Amino acid sequence: MNFIISILFSGIAVSVIVLIPWICIGAIDGAFMRSLFGIIIPYAAIATFLIGIVVRVISWSRSPVPFRIPTTAGQEWSFPWIKSNPIDNPKGMGGVILRMIFEVLLFRSLFRNTRLEYLNDENGPKINYEWEKWLWLAALAFHYSFLVIFLRHFRFFLDPIPGFVHVLESLDGFMQLGIIPFNGFGMPGVYITDGLLLAAVTYLFVRRIYIHQVRYISLPADYFPLFIILGLGLTGVLMRYAIRVDITAVKELSISLFQFSPKVPDGIGVIFFIHLFLLCVLIAYFPFSKLMHMAGIFLSPTRNMANNNRFKRHVNPWNYPVKFHTYAAYEDEFREKMIEAGIPVDKGVEATSESGKKE
Amino acid sequence: MADTPKPEKTARINHIPPLMKGWMDTPVEIKPGIYCYGAKPKNTKAVGMPYPKEWNPTDDDWQLPENWKDIIDEGLRDRRDKYRSMKLFMDICVRCGACADKCHFFIGSGDPKNMPVLRAELFRSVYRKKFTLGGKIFGKFAGARDLDEDVLKEWWYYLYQCTECRRCSIFCPYGIDTAEVTILGRELTNLVGLNIDWIAGPVANCNRTGNHLGIQPHAYIDMLDFFVDEIEDITGLRMEPDINRKGAEILFVTPSGDVFADPGTFTAMGYLMLFHYLKSLGLDITWSTYASEGGNFGFFTSHEMAKRLNAKMYSEAERLGVKWILGGECGHMWRVINQYMDTFNGPPDFMEEPVSPITGTKFKNANATKLVHIVEFTADLMKHNKLKLDKSRNDHLKVTFHDSCNTARAMGFLEEPRYVLNNVCNNFYEMPPNTIREQTFCCGSGSGLNAGENMEVRMRGGLPRANAVKYVHEKFGVNMLSCICAIDRAVLPNSMDYWVPGVDVCGLHELVANALVFEGEKKRTLDLRAEYLPGMEDEEDV
Ligand code: HEM
Ligand code: SF4
Ligand code: SF4
Repeated sequence: MNFIISILFSGIAVSVIVLIPWICIGAIDGAFMRSLFGIIIPYAAIATFLIGIVVRVISWSRSPVPFRIPTTAGQEWSFPWIKSNPIDNPKGMGGVILRMIFEVLLFRSLFRNTRLEYLNDENGPKINYEWEKWLWLAALAFHYSFLVIFLRHFRFFLDPIPGFVHVLESLDGFMQLGIIPFNGFGMPGVYITDGLLLAAVTYLFVRRIYIHQVRYISLPADYFPLFIILGLGLTGVLMRYAIRVDITAVKELSISLFQFSPKVPDGIGVIFFIHLFLLCVLIAYFPFSKLMHMAGIFLSPTRNMANNNRFKRHVNPWNYPVKFHTYAAYEDEFREKMIEAGIPVDKGVEATSESGKKE
Repeated sequence: MADTPKPEKTARINHIPPLMKGWMDTPVEIKPGIYCYGAKPKNTKAVGMPYPKEWNPTDDDWQLPENWKDIIDEGLRDRRDKYRSMKLFMDICVRCGACADKCHFFIGSGDPKNMPVLRAELFRSVYRKKFTLGGKIFGKFAGARDLDEDVLKEWWYYLYQCTECRRCSIFCPYGIDTAEVTILGRELTNLVGLNIDWIAGPVANCNRTGNHLGIQPHAYIDMLDFFVDEIEDITGLRMEPDINRKGAEILFVTPSGDVFADPGTFTAMGYLMLFHYLKSLGLDITWSTYASEGGNFGFFTSHEMAKRLNAKMYSEAERLGVKWILGGECGHMWRVINQYMDTFNGPPDFMEEPVSPITGTKFKNANATKLVHIVEFTADLMKHNKLKLDKSRNDHLKVTFHDSCNTARAMGFLEEPRYVLNNVCNNFYEMPPNTIREQTFCCGSGSGLNAGENMEVRMRGGLPRANAVKYVHEKFGVNMLSCICAIDRAVLPNSMDYWVPGVDVCGLHELVANALVFEGEKKRTLDLRAEYLPGMEDEEDV
């Protein structure tokens, strides 16, 4: 296994995933294929996604947290005259909630990232920790564009289109206001998040190859979701800007799915089915993969616990008594030496001979 | 014992992993200078650990029990169901690599399997094969592999190259703590009789004699008496420490390393002097020979062993009838106290909320565990002006401060030591921000890896810390590295000699005692190391 095999493996897998609906709808077609890819697979995927996540989270929560082990990243709470850091070293629930908010919304831990620079010359080794916020930036850009794009899709799921979608669209598409010349050419407005998402995913992929250490640790399972999302984004962008599909028909389909009276209208192009199938694969894959970090972070004991063990007892549900070497046994062994050295003892000299007799 | 290469050679480090050959196809090679000797049967037997045997890690045959795979399998299942951390950390790593270059062992060795994420993957790969559908179907392509003897050896080799410092966890977007993986992984190696002797020996000693070094009670007294004489030479005053005294208000527990080896001994002398100073102000404190170990090498063996050794502290406190416990300067001791002790062996209801008998300060942050850190105790004394201090006595020192991993990242004990330091010396310089406080670097020899035979890996692991010291050494002339950890004091002198000659190592209370002005003391010309104080070089030593 090396990175080339990993990339090939994932690349081929995703190509096959693209080809399946392409062939089934584009070449074979027919009512059955359209229901399969328009109705059955989407339902199955959503069910897998929801049930899978719930099962996984329940499975995590069934393992207890025997010890309170937060990683502290700031000053603890102690004397009133020492300023503590309630976010990075929370003392109670409030601090933990703040810490989690910072982690989940701003990726605070990732923001600490640095890059090792190692120099070694005649003056000996020199280690520098260089600025490195690209991963943090790309991860933020990626997740937030993903979120915005997801929310924008509600224009296809709901009728009438909810207000927040309009707000998002106008914010996201502010470039339409004549800054970009595309407008005049009959192109729809360009969304910033489309470009951001593709750029961020591309960066996340490229860094997996050019950062030596990341290349070495990457598995096919790291390239696979990136390729799927890239495919998802590209087909989406294609549909919007190049190969137009019948939006009214697509909306009819998705609303019918949400109303549990599914019906695949005629005239939806192949490209849409490819887009939808990629999405189905992504969400069905989700619960079985590292993408579960979305839910996992909330349960992470090093982040979601307060550093308050010295003043608030934490109970281990499976705590059991252990045998330890007692003072009595210790004194029995060393009594004479202790007495000789003038160390107070519990039992006195007679006990020495007694315990001697017993043995 | 392997020869340790010269620093120039050690410093030639390549951080670029192989291009075409993946880690799963690269079998482990157990190298001298890196690995520690296997646990001796007498030590594992002494505490009832399974499969005691005479073995050598470089042998092909590790004399594993016949059903070792079943034992590991069951151990893994058991821990998966008992520790959410384990389950979660096996599932959610995205291999973003944020942790990769944060580990001192990777920085100092370039061995890619010392990247925290890969250290955990060594483990995760087996976990996937056993417990995940993808792993079962796709095998290697899902990053999964079977457990065989080579894999077990690889585990062992890299689990005992992690000092459980948690630096990687600070940078992980999900807080994945490779130390937790190491802790549980080491438990598994112990199930099939694969510990290292540098851990097993201290555990056996601590169990029997109360401390890692195996010091018997009378020898412990001898050591304290020796300190008393030394201190008398320097100050003209005679300390009178109490030992195993029932009815004292406070029990003092500190790592035994400080009682037996320089430069920790100077810190131990510092404690004695501070207690003597406070006696007339109302301090009523006793040492114990039975609970004469603050540290806990059991923690590097298994949670159960940690609990067994830790149990002595409360047990002794109850026997002596003290109101609370004062703990000495130590790193992993405080990890155990802060994050485990009360859960292991509490609640200690027979004690009371700790209150400083001198200042009346209530240590509210310790009112469940009843353990106060001596540095916070001293900081509080200073805040209330209870100590007469002459900072200039430390003017011959240019001091920097090394945060111990455990007090920094498992406690957040950052300001108290700096406050104390600023009260006892005039020249304090911080190392660069990426190497201190929560981002502090391990000394390179923590978690029971401070043996002699693995000196090369210790020096490698110690490089990032040493490099930061070198920076302040060259820039400000720093000549003293202070710390609040007994392992640090035992190991940093080696790493300083190796990487930054000219820098000594001390504990905080050594500096406190240097500066402490006693009523009725003789004119102080010497510091605790019996070296001349600044401006006293010409004085006759009396
Ligand atoms: C809550 C805090 C979250 C953090 C800190 C976080 C962090 C990250 C990081 C660092 C990556 C980069 C992986 C790489 O290097 O390739 C990533 C990837 C990803 N995350 Fe998140 N994430 C979070 C939540 C979410 C949520 C809510 C979703 C919801 C769908 C999600 C979905 C993804 C996906 C699809 C990828 C890209 C695929 C991949 O790289 O494998 N994440 N995340
Ligand atoms: S930082 Fe966390 S998620 Fe990223 S590779 Fe390391 S352990 Fe995995
Ligand atoms: S806990 Fe410390 S030694 Fe272990 S992998 Fe993480 S950074 Fe390295």
